[in-house]
Amino acid sequence: MSDSATTDHATTTGMSHNKLAMWVFLGSECLLFGALISTYLVYRGRFADGPAPGDIFDIPFTSVSSFVLLMSSLTMVLALSALQRGDIRNNRLWLLTTALLGSLFIGGQVYEFTTFFREGLGYTTSPFSSAFFTLTGFHGVHVSIGILMLMSMFISSLRGTLRKEHSETVEIIGLYWHFVDIIWIFIFTVIYLVPSPTS
Amino acid sequence: MSTTETTEEQEEVVHDDHDHPSDAKYFQIAIILGVLTALEVATYYVDIGPALIPTLMVMMVVKFFMVAAWFMHLRFDNSLFTKFFVSGLVLAVAVYVIALSTFEFWSKG
Amino acid sequence: MTETTTVDDVVTQPLGVYTRPRGGTGWRDWITTVDHKKIGILYGVAALFFFVVGGIEALLIRLQLATPNGTVLGADMYNQVFTMHGVTMIFLAAMPLSAAFANYLIPLQIGARDVAFPRLNALSFWIFLAGGIVLNLSWVLGGAPDGGWFGYAPNTGIVFSPSAGMDFYALGLQITGVASLMSSINLTVTILNMRAPGMTLFRMPVFTWMMLVTQLLLVFAMPVIAVALFLLAFSRLFGAKFFDPAVGGDALLWQHLFWIFGHPEVYILILPSFGIISEVIPTFSRKPIFGYSFMVFSGIAIGFMGWGVWAHHMFVSGIGPISVAAFSLSTMFIAVPTGVKILNWMATMWGGRIKFSAPMLFAVGVVSMFTIGGLSGVTHAISPADTQQTDTYYIVAHFHYVIFGGIIFGLFAGLYFWWPKVFGHMLSDLVGKWNFWVMLVGFNLTFGPMHVLGLQGMSRRIDSYSPGFGFELWNMVSTVGSFLIALSVAIFVINVIVSAMKARGQAPCGPDPWDARSLEWLTPNPTPVHNFDEIPVVESLDEFWHRKYGTDEDGRIVRVASAEEVCEDGSAVGVHLPSPSFWPIVFASGLPFIALGLIFNLWLTVPGGLLVVMAIYAWIFEPVDDPDAAHGDHDDHGGDEAAADTTEEAPVV
Repeated sequence: MSDSATTDHATTTGMSHNKLAMWVFLGSECLLFGALISTYLVYRGRFADGPAPGDIFDIPFTSVSSFVLLMSSLTMVLALSALQRGDIRNNRLWLLTTALLGSLFIGGQVYEFTTFFREGLGYTTSPFSSAFFTLTGFHGVHVSIGILMLMSMFISSLRGTLRKEHSETVEIIGLYWHFVDIIWIFIFTVIYLVPSPTS
Repeated sequence: MSTTETTEEQEEVVHDDHDHPSDAKYFQIAIILGVLTALEVATYYVDIGPALIPTLMVMMVVKFFMVAAWFMHLRFDNSLFTKFFVSGLVLAVAVYVIALSTFEFWSKG
Repeated sequence: MTETTTVDDVVTQPLGVYTRPRGGTGWRDWITTVDHKKIGILYGVAALFFFVVGGIEALLIRLQLATPNGTVLGADMYNQVFTMHGVTMIFLAAMPLSAAFANYLIPLQIGARDVAFPRLNALSFWIFLAGGIVLNLSWVLGGAPDGGWFGYAPNTGIVFSPSAGMDFYALGLQITGVASLMSSINLTVTILNMRAPGMTLFRMPVFTWMMLVTQLLLVFAMPVIAVALFLLAFSRLFGAKFFDPAVGGDALLWQHLFWIFGHPEVYILILPSFGIISEVIPTFSRKPIFGYSFMVFSGIAIGFMGWGVWAHHMFVSGIGPISVAAFSLSTMFIAVPTGVKILNWMATMWGGRIKFSAPMLFAVGVVSMFTIGGLSGVTHAISPADTQQTDTYYIVAHFHYVIFGGIIFGLFAGLYFWWPKVFGHMLSDLVGKWNFWVMLVGFNLTFGPMHVLGLQGMSRRIDSYSPGFGFELWNMVSTVGSFLIALSVAIFVINVIVSAMKARGQAPCGPDPWDARSLEWLTPNPTPVHNFDEIPVVESLDEFWHRKYGTDEDGRIVRVASAEEVCEDGSAVGVHLPSPSFWPIVFASGLPFIALGLIFNLWLTVPGGLLVVMAIYAWIFEPVDDPDAAHGDHDDHGGDEAAADTTEEAPVV
């Protein structure tokens, strides 16, 4: 039933359907995040009476959580390479680590949002606040879906049903995970590190 | 996983029996990514003047493509994947840069 | 799945909670089917239903405008009707009717047994239907959308549009957009990955090529409208400030996002029609398509350049002279590949032994009517002229020549052409010709005068006008024309019913009623459930034609085999096909609850969300191929095992 065993000879291009579909989907996601990032860029200076981005961003904190997400890409690829070797134990370990790092990132985001809210930046405060929460919120939802998929894999591994022949499944979830990571690489630089307007 | 035929075709690539780099290589990549991130964050503390934004952009692009090339295996995989991804990326950048231009984003920020 | 139903009907699945559907013939079969042909038919039926709904809305508009100071609809109802007319025709009629052709024909034209992800394909259809239902529920739940089909901010905000209508617009279109995105990924993978041996990219029929370009446009355009709709929904539902000018929100942002999607959308609509007539015209001219590679590359060029012209919708929005000049130029350039196509179709007909059957009439209708629409389009590219024309009936005339003249005529050509393929009997050609001529006359009477009205200064979207501006005559002509179009659609429906009744009890029509050229006609009519008995090996473009014709010693083309000799008889048994599934429709049925919940009461999202999550997990645990279904001893598995796993999470149970 594993399709990686059968698709190589069955498809025209030799690529598996699933992986090709994931890459097409990721190409599509570029346009989605591009639109959200552009929206933010148009609005980052329009903070009405509320806090400005330059006043409120906590660069050291966000740097740490960005680093956490970056390292989760490493653990993700290690999970894959373990499974490709048939090393179920390490695969399980790295899957769980990746999910935990992802959760840590989400936890940081929740903390950041709460802090901003206390400092007077609500979702409806200004075009800047709406755009900021929408962009980072969309990214957070993507990470959360990734965590769900990783945990599903982890549980399936505990039940003994995630074996070497399923490594393409982990690889495809990994592609999604890395993509979410590189989107954050972009967001971290363009939204946080590039100096923002202050009030 | 790319098929064995494609590995045979890419003879200029270091002749590895398996498609993917070793775990040690992944750790190396991660270290470089970590160092780049540290440098990026350092720009927050050290004033480098007008070089700031170009420097940040270069480091971002390097990080971006390192993850895509190594962790997402685009270096080793079928080039059609790269084509799809890069099409989306280039299209997004082009379209949104033009849209931002009509907002006079680059001149007014 | 007639072949796979031979074993006992009740087999419990690993989860032990439900019985897997096993095909059959009744309604259960239709709601669980994963067969691309049945899904294509479902798309077609739903699209034609919405086409009639949108048509009734159009007639209401025309009744209101027939005479000055019309009283058929109030101003508020008028806004709702014209908005829903546009939304329905574009998103619920034209796009799904194209999807019907894509689903039915792409696997057949490339020599495959199904699409790459059969269950995802079913899911796309049901999600589309859910979106269509959500949009139309607005009529009975407090008022339909009233901000126009492109919903310009801040007109769509709560202040100017206080009913829930625009919420339905934002969420309903979001749902149909998800369906389009899934379907486009699915079909892209299908075309790239499931071609029969020898079916290189440049042996694919032009229809499949145009569909590939369409799917790629969808892949990249749908996320843009998704973001725009999210911004709109969040603004209305949660008070986000994206389009609130009082605090710095920018109405232009919506326009950009909408048209970055919206202009590729125009090509998403037109390219399938171009593909259809590129199959019809060679068949009825009895010549191969002129300049195949030019046809393909001009299609690719249109798809590519379609991304660089969106701001020509915004020449009067204040985007600045540089932008206007640049987008004027790019808009003029995109006329070039379109012109290439028009010339190639004419060159295909030139010197051919043309047979004007109904499909051919509709195809020639496209070539001529679309050219008129294209020419008026070029006048918009000239921005000073466009400034005069913006928001007048001239624009309405232009895009109806493109959308009706270019797309609806093309889709009708396809309906007449492939009807025997799908249903095994022909539609009456004589009635089809009546259908065409009535539609052509009605269409030109309806939309031709709008050019004049627009240049006279009649604004679009006004619900009434005073006498004395010289609008009376042409508005009346236009209304009369619109009822002629309605008559032509009625003729089509009668044709469908009468032809089906006549065909009852008769043997199916022959396998090759039109002396056609491409691979789908290799299978008998109607197409058997497994498509091909043996996956064909393709040696040339127009493979089917080349199997029927050869050349004699003098180099003249002669018939070498009859269609009956060439075509398969559909007798293969035991072909391994993906099994039906309940989960696509369960998944899709959760979405209207979520949408209504967001609008009216958040608690409603809970059952909706639960349905979706349950369907996703059940889906993952359901093997694509029922292990208990009979596999038979047929050794030709072709693409169907490749069609196996539909989710990234392969079966792990």
